[in-house]
Amino acid sequence: MSYQWKNIGPLANIPAQGARRLCFGHQGHPVAVFRTGADEIFAVVDECPHRQGPLSEGIVSGRTVSCPLHNWVIDLAAGEALAPDIGRTRALPVRIVSGEIHVGLPLAGERAA
Amino acid sequence: MTTPRNLVVIGNGMAGMRTVDELLKLDGGRDCRITVFGAEPHVNYNRIMLSSVLAGDKSVDDIVINSQEWYDANGICLNKGDPVIAIDRENRLVTAASGVQVPYDQLLIATGSKPLAPPIPGLELPGVCAFRDIADVDKMLEAARTRKRAVVIGGGLLGLEAAWGLKQRGMSVALVHLMPTLMERQLDVAAGQLLQRDLDRRGIAFFTDGQTEEIVGTERAEGVRLADGRFVPADLVVLAIGIRPNIDLARAADLEVNRGIVVTDDMRTSDPDIFAVGECVEHRGQVFGLVAPLWDQAKACAARLAGDETALFTPQALSTSLKITGVDVFSAGALMAADEGDDEITLRDDGKGIYKKIVLRDGRLVGAVLYGDVADGQWYLKLMREREDVSALRERLVFGRAFAEAGPGAPAATDYAAMPDSEQICGCNGVSKGNIVGAIRDKGLTTLPEVRAHTKASASCGQCTCVVEDLLVFAAGADARPAKKTLCDCTDADHDEIRQAILAQDLRTMEEVRTAFAWKKPEGCHKCRPALNYYLLCAWPGEYHDDSRSRFVNERVHANIQKDGTYSVVPRMWGGLTTPAELHAIASVAEKFDIPTVKVTGGQRIDLLGVRKEDLPAVWGDLNSAGLVSGHAYAKGLRTVKTCVGSEWCRFGTQDSTGLGVKLEKMCWGSWTPHKVKLAVSGCPRNCAEASIKDLGVICVEAGYDILVGGNGGVEVRVTDHLVRVSSEEEVLEYTGAYMQLYREEAHYLERTAPWIARVGLDYVKRRLVDDPEGRAALHGRFLHSQSFMQHDPWAERARGADAHEFARLPALAEA
Ligand code: SRM
Ligand SMILES: Cc1cc2nc3c(=O)[nH]c(=O)nc-3n(C[C@H](O)[C@H](O)[C@H](O)COP(=O)(O)OP(=O)(O)OC[C@H]3O[C@@H](n4cnc5c(N)ncnc54)[C@H](O)[C@@H]3O)c2cc1C
Ligand code: SF4
Ligand code: FES
Repeated sequence: MSYQWKNIGPLANIPAQGARRLCFGHQGHPVAVFRTGADEIFAVVDECPHRQGPLSEGIVSGRTVSCPLHNWVIDLAAGEALAPDIGRTRALPVRIVSGEIHVGLPLAGERAA
Repeated sequence: MTTPRNLVVIGNGMAGMRTVDELLKLDGGRDCRITVFGAEPHVNYNRIMLSSVLAGDKSVDDIVINSQEWYDANGICLNKGDPVIAIDRENRLVTAASGVQVPYDQLLIATGSKPLAPPIPGLELPGVCAFRDIADVDKMLEAARTRKRAVVIGGGLLGLEAAWGLKQRGMSVALVHLMPTLMERQLDVAAGQLLQRDLDRRGIAFFTDGQTEEIVGTERAEGVRLADGRFVPADLVVLAIGIRPNIDLARAADLEVNRGIVVTDDMRTSDPDIFAVGECVEHRGQVFGLVAPLWDQAKACAARLAGDETALFTPQALSTSLKITGVDVFSAGALMAADEGDDEITLRDDGKGIYKKIVLRDGRLVGAVLYGDVADGQWYLKLMREREDVSALRERLVFGRAFAEAGPGAPAATDYAAMPDSEQICGCNGVSKGNIVGAIRDKGLTTLPEVRAHTKASASCGQCTCVVEDLLVFAAGADARPAKKTLCDCTDADHDEIRQAILAQDLRTMEEVRTAFAWKKPEGCHKCRPALNYYLLCAWPGEYHDDSRSRFVNERVHANIQKDGTYSVVPRMWGGLTTPAELHAIASVAEKFDIPTVKVTGGQRIDLLGVRKEDLPAVWGDLNSAGLVSGHAYAKGLRTVKTCVGSEWCRFGTQDSTGLGVKLEKMCWGSWTPHKVKLAVSGCPRNCAEASIKDLGVICVEAGYDILVGGNGGVEVRVTDHLVRVSSEEEVLEYTGAYMQLYREEAHYLERTAPWIARVGLDYVKRRLVDDPEGRAALHGRFLHSQSFMQHDPWAERARGADAHEFARLPALAEA
């Protein structure tokens, strides 16, 4: 799979135990970029597998986020809902290049997946 | 290789689909090609939960058992809304109403039952329905929305649940029952009377000994006339007098039928290739009306279909309970002594509304009827099923398990190791010991809620809760955690223990609390973090540093998130008062930022809905310039103080209720509390500000002010209790501050004042606030101290730039 890498700036752009949302005009799904308490970075499509709640607004604990709408808990690394709920949102690759966060966005066409 | 067998199932209900589900789990079942016909236009759902849908506790989506994806994934062809109209046994072919014909190698009939209709005129009128399926519930809900009065005919389980559901939906409800007491087949006279008394108190009108003669009406139902001449007016008439096995198809196909379709222990009908399960069958002279035995039938039938020639269905003793919140009824086996050989033992406490009766035969328990306290029901049921000799316990048995087992001759505790895996534990959802133990072990479950979430055991009517708890201890051993209400899964400590430790051990940060209690997850979870954040904030005012990352999004961004991800903005309007200038400011903001909806809330102020997140600071800034501040509509904190016009304008007003409301709001705004807090002040007992359903309400009278506490107008409406009458506004303020602080210091996070007072008791609150003037003054003092740090408008701070990252888009990508 090929990605388009987007630089979204330094770690400090995202609050610890928090997230920022990236929007892509009309065609793409929004992406949430998370920074955990341990300064790990994860990116997932910002749509809860339950009913598309904005995960970027949830409470981040460890490597999970709880959705603000109905409290499903999503594992950030895999985008997978924790039991007993079932579902997943797409997880996207991230890398840190000289202190700046780069998020791998699926190329257009694949984005709908 | 042989070609796959065709299995055709008639009836997409609980028993039929359970059989298919069991079949799919068996090796011999996978090579079937399965076609299902269902008369209803739905996937398979949990019929017993229709009562909860009617009462508003569940939605239709919540009760689906198998979704369309399940049928697809298992290659099952589902014909919804297409009833089978004929079975051609000679050519092994079924024909559906649509004309579709499907050949079968094996056929399963699971057509359930039909509601009985009394032989009376008027049945065909619009406004008359049964209570059997989703279509019936839709009719009832439609009537509840548009009409007022309902009559339910039939005082059995179904009729009572229908009556209760309609009552919950706001209709006025009467129930006509042929017999002198309710549920006479499950309850004896004494328990039936207690039940009637309790439901009567909840506002259902009973017409017992009532034989319905006619449903009256021209265009639609207008009421029912009873044989003794009584007339009960109604816009909706629900028939719930009983059911009859649905055997029409089987009879037409010349299968042996009696009351139901006759089946042998292997669930075969008189044609060896045709099976039947569920309420449509008759087994050894018995027909069925509860789900528990159907699960056993499904299992036996599935095994036979898969080629196991040994599986047999053996009926077990059954129990009934009623799914009406707060009404506890249990019954199993014999209701009363059949002859002199039998003994009845009863225990009755009218004051507490508790009644218990057990029936003994030859030293064995053969029946139990419980009302008011049903905790021991499953234990009695087990003693009955196991035909345990209980003679040694005779004197103690009726007092329940704890007491009986404390004495000599107690039966050994259940041997869960010896219990077969197939033994059914949860009748409502058909969950066996094996399912439960398996889930506990495989998934490492340690609490009852987890077991419920994973297996559904005890998640419907709750009767089997005790057994499920025992199994948890059996399977998880020392890991099993008691049903104690811990703060969350990260800790074994409960709310009170943590609150006390914060003060006693001088814990100042979340980190310190988590270390002191050996938290299981280093950062906690979304349940404990907001709670700890609040507890620390309350314990150390002015010192603890609020952790916005541990707050739910609304409290973090100071606006309410909406379902589409936009926000709503509700400025404070002190005591419900506003000014032309404020209204201008609100109007301009709405125009300037294209805010789609402007609404007057139920809390006497204005809501701007659909604001984009990035516009929030600017919206607030504009509102601030007109003097408007946050209304904390998003906060676990003070929300609104509703007032009426009071003595300033109203011809009945006795005091300045509006002015007092404004003073209360000025004193309390900005406070954080365990859950939201709403106040109200009414100027006279006409109570136009609805003070009697608020967390704290004041009703002005000539002689002063009545202070009312612990009301709630939400999910479970609770009318306030009278705390005290005082004579001056100053006293109202002091009592309110003290009450706020007591609630802040002692309630559990997310516990509103109504359940808090229900838990600690009004007497306790009175002792702290009324009987102890010094204590009251001290509480009030602590409240004001805490408020001195809290009364800063969060909007103003953010309009000036605080937390800017929260609202700005990431610039590099905004256009991407
Ligand atoms: C806006 C408003 C409806 C309206 O348009 O009138 C409203 C809207 C909401 N209410 Fe309410 N309630 C509103 C008045 C009420 C009232 C009436 C009242 O206050 O007099 C009640 C019943 C009274 C009571 O609370 O005892 C009420 C009982 C609830 C409940 C049930 C609380 C309970 O203890 O059972 C919830 C759920 C909860 O808080 O957990 C709730 C929750 C909500 C939430 C926060 C649901 C949510 O989580 O998204 C809604 C958010 C609104 C928003 O985004 O702005 N709302 N809600 C009212 C705002 C009043 C205000 O000015 O602040
Ligand atoms: C409101 C309510 C509350 C209840 N509460 C409880 C409770 O608390 N505890 C309890 O144990 N039991 C309860 N019951 C009873 C329980 O729901 C039934 O025992 C159970 O649903 C019976 O299962 P079944 O598969 O035999 O019939 P059903 O679930 O009724 O399934 C039969 C299905 O076959 C369909 N059908 C009929 N004829 C045809 C045809 N010719 N072609 C195709 N399809 C056809 C029907 O439309 C129906 O969908 C309750 C029932 C109701 C209505
Ligand atoms: S409660 Fe009714 S009567 Fe009393 S002051 Fe208010 S509006 Fe007037
Ligand atoms: S949308 Fe996320 S939990 Fe419902």
